[in-house]
Amino acid sequence: MPCVKISDISKSMDQLFTLDNISLTVDNHEFAVILGTSGCGKSTLLNIIAGLISPDQGRIEIDGEDWTGRTGRISYMQQKSLLLPHKDILDNVAIPLLLKGMARKKAHEIACQHLKDFGLEGFENYYPQQLSGGMRQRAALLRTYLFTSDIMLFDEPFAGLDAITRRKMQLWLKDLWQNNKPSVIFVTHDIDEALLLADTIYVLSPRPAKVQLKIETTSLKENRQEAEIIKQRILSLLENA
Amino acid sequence: MKRSASIVNKLVPYITVVLVLFLWETLVRVEHIPQYILPGPVQILGTLAASCEILMMHTLITLEEALLGFVLAIVIAFITAFMLNNIHWLNRAFYPVLILSQTIPIITLAPLFLIWFGWGLLPKIIVVILVCFFPAAISLINGLNSIDPDLINLFRSMGANRIAIFNMVKLPAAMPAFFSGLKISASYSIMAAVIGEWLGAQHGLGYYMTLSQKSFRVDQVLAAVVIISVLSLLIVKVIDFIEYLLTPWNHLKEEWINNQ
Repeated sequence: MPCVKISDISKSMDQLFTLDNISLTVDNHEFAVILGTSGCGKSTLLNIIAGLISPDQGRIEIDGEDWTGRTGRISYMQQKSLLLPHKDILDNVAIPLLLKGMARKKAHEIACQHLKDFGLEGFENYYPQQLSGGMRQRAALLRTYLFTSDIMLFDEPFAGLDAITRRKMQLWLKDLWQNNKPSVIFVTHDIDEALLLADTIYVLSPRPAKVQLKIETTSLKENRQEAEIIKQRILSLLENA
Repeated sequence: MKRSASIVNKLVPYITVVLVLFLWETLVRVEHIPQYILPGPVQILGTLAASCEILMMHTLITLEEALLGFVLAIVIAFITAFMLNNIHWLNRAFYPVLILSQTIPIITLAPLFLIWFGWGLLPKIIVVILVCFFPAAISLINGLNSIDPDLINLFRSMGANRIAIFNMVKLPAAMPAFFSGLKISASYSIMAAVIGEWLGAQHGLGYYMTLSQKSFRVDQVLAAVVIISVLSLLIVKVIDFIEYLLTPWNHLKEEWINNQ
């Protein structure tokens, strides 16, 4: 059953034709990765899915319901952690619960239950600027998770981290996903990251972005050679476009 | 070794002040400069002590005008910033006007306030408001406008309404900028009240100064100046302290590094 259905999305931003008729569906428990070069309109697409901007044309359906141009169903995590500097970690991650009208005490209780899984135990009363980049991203992820745990959007969430931390975070996210199985739309320009995490990869062309290629990666997980071939193919696609 | 060096560093400005005062006193004594031209620091201190009571009476009145005006200026600055930040066309219409209004030297307008508002407390408070409003309002407006749009988008995507975004995101983030403007306002507030009094008053430090000046009591004028400086400094320090209490997250980076 498709969980998020994106149909025929087109959008021009500042007189630039950015998204050209993009359609894709993400099933329940599917990890979909959208791969594209920088500036191809990936973030615009995520903004449309999150309902922050309206498309010129097309529809966003979530669980069969029309959510085009409406916020409040899915939130997303960005490259910047966007934690509030004036709140400690516990208050920061509890924000989505407070916005839903939950009492502070109850929100803290629920947030506390997840701190361990997100590697933040013992740091709840620290301010964001006291934590490492990786921990800040985990806190941002927990905040996203507490908003919606069934569908999650990611916009290059690990792009700002150093290579070693990034690798750790990717593996940790993979674990987390396998335990909770949310539907995920994950935007990146890193092919290795895409191959590591995705069930399905959508390769976007440069502006105006179109879905150029759809790859199911289930068969690639064991077959390294095939993965390498696919990687070369994606690379040449992105380079030649 | 390092610690004693840092103590010396901290003492240097005080030593400079003492040296300048000493030079001043010596100059006045050696050159026999008459008191009605330039009294020495010792004489000024003597005047301060001698007219303590009357100075206190005038100071309290000036302080009242300054604080009233200052608080009102903050309130108006808050309302203005809130409106301009939330209503887009209002911002477009008034922000440039606000900046432009600063080309009007308020002091030159002040005589008109006498005509319009009489001799009482009101014209002085208005001068203080006009002087203090601008730095506070502009710093708050700029602080509110300088917030990362991605942060606001994130909160919107989580379904936050305007009021929630203003309270949770914008206002706290604008506080450091606001306080730096507020300190400028605070340091002007006493001076503004004094200027208001120069133009026409029956009491206050400004009135005391005009009176003293007319009778060539330069020592009394300078005694009032000393009080104005000290008061301005005190108000800025109080604002500093309030900022420290209200924005605990801002000075924790240092503490964290020290804890390592």
